[in-house]
Amino acid sequence: MLELRAVNAGYGTFQALFDVDLDVKAGEAVGVIGPNGAGKTTLMRVISGLIRPSRGSIKMEGVDVVATPPHKIVSLGIAHVPENRRLFPQLSVDDNLKMGAFMKEARDHYAERLEVVFDLFPRLKERRHQMAGTMSGGEQQMCAIGRALMSNPKLLLLDEPSAGLAPVVVQQVFELVKRIRASGLTVLIVEQNVQQVLKVVDRAYLIEAGTIRASGTSAEMLASDTVKEAYLGV
Amino acid sequence: MGMQAFLDIFDIYLLEAVINGILLGGVLALLALGLNLIFGVIDVTWICYAELVMIGMYAMYFMVQVYGISYFIAAPLTVLLVAMLGAALHYLVIAPLLTAPPINQLLATGGVLFVLQSFATVAFGIDFRNLGIRLPVLSFGDMNFSYARLLSFLAALVGMVAVYLFMTRTFTGTAIRAISQDRQIMALMGVDTRRIYLITSAIGGGLAGLAACLLVLQYDVHPFVGLSFGPITFLICVLGGLGNFIGGFIAAFVFAEIISLGGLFSDLEWGYVLAFAFFIVMMFIRPAGLLARRR
Repeated sequence: MLELRAVNAGYGTFQALFDVDLDVKAGEAVGVIGPNGAGKTTLMRVISGLIRPSRGSIKMEGVDVVATPPHKIVSLGIAHVPENRRLFPQLSVDDNLKMGAFMKEARDHYAERLEVVFDLFPRLKERRHQMAGTMSGGEQQMCAIGRALMSNPKLLLLDEPSAGLAPVVVQQVFELVKRIRASGLTVLIVEQNVQQVLKVVDRAYLIEAGTIRASGTSAEMLASDTVKEAYLGV
Repeated sequence: MGMQAFLDIFDIYLLEAVINGILLGGVLALLALGLNLIFGVIDVTWICYAELVMIGMYAMYFMVQVYGISYFIAAPLTVLLVAMLGAALHYLVIAPLLTAPPINQLLATGGVLFVLQSFATVAFGIDFRNLGIRLPVLSFGDMNFSYARLLSFLAALVGMVAVYLFMTRTFTGTAIRAISQDRQIMALMGVDTRRIYLITSAIGGGLAGLAACLLVLQYDVHPFVGLSFGPITFLICVLGGLGNFIGGFIAAFVFAEIISLGGLFSDLEWGYVLAFAFFIVMMFIRPAGLLARRR
């Protein structure tokens, strides 16, 4: 479904990604793990078009993502839940969800999608008229994921969904990721919470200093010495 | 007995002044809304905003007075024309300067102000012109209200309600409200920010056009007419908190009442002096605007 080949990207003269190859197949859940500043967020941003790669190719179902204008990439079926959620704090939950359905194709199915999202997050329905910025971190994360789901994506990019949340809420968020997976959506998830994320994904990539260091199934990654030593503290 | 009669008349005049203040406030609020919209969404200040109104007033003058087109046909055409002017201003002047320092944007729109004034002077001369429409005066008891003011107030209200509905009910309106809260992620929502800026500029221009249609009923048009309500519009926006729609709305009526009531006790000019003095005092008390959150 998603195919990255030799992607290089960065900010100004600072290069954050070096020749990254990455594949996500339809129906899969794939994790990207690695330390702070390894380029995980840059990877997500380059896929959703927030930054452009300096070299390399990105294809979504065969369509060239790099040649697609950033605001049209969501129409390819890629929805990005950015790091720190990035809700519109002074808009209501309803309006935030509405923004998620902004593109033409999603607008036509707005009511249906709203029902799907409220089904998944009954809490959001209770809070629909509340300003998004006044909700708890967990609720905001629900709203951010809900907003991304409004576009009826094929591929969901989740950037650090557990960051800044209380341990109990982190559990809930990963439960949620499991449910989203079960609904047939393809998921690419970036996480520092390695132990948790390896429980919900099929495969994972380990990224360090902008380079893919290792990849494999969750079981392989859990067994790998590199991962064990550096991230699981075993 | 003589004292009582004096009080009766005084109260009637006071009421008349209060109502006239409200009527004036409507048009001022409309002007402030347009400017606030541009500032709140695009984060630039159109120094030349009142000059767009001036061009709109000339458009009305030529269509109605020179070409004999009906006022009610000319008005929507003027709104459309100034809306296009607003979009053109954004496309030609603001868009290339979006990432430039604010002072450059200010200077550029300030330049447009002089261009428009000079253009009007060269093209239309410095004569004061008017529509030649004299609307009747409405009398309630001993109070007199100009029909033009009443009409302007209602039309301004309708315009503001229309903008409100657009902003709250439509996808594009929601995007306009969202964009200033997080510009970078708009692309993730599938929003082309350039397009939203252009639409916002057209709406801002359209509001200036509507204000022009209403002001031309009450005031003569000349190349420098923008100076009579441009500064007050800026004061209203700053007093309400730049970019704060509700603050601007309230501030417009506060200013209108000060001008109207000040004019009751002395001359209208003193009403303006009072309004400006009030503004200066308020800037010390609430420098971030009426509705700014206290730190």
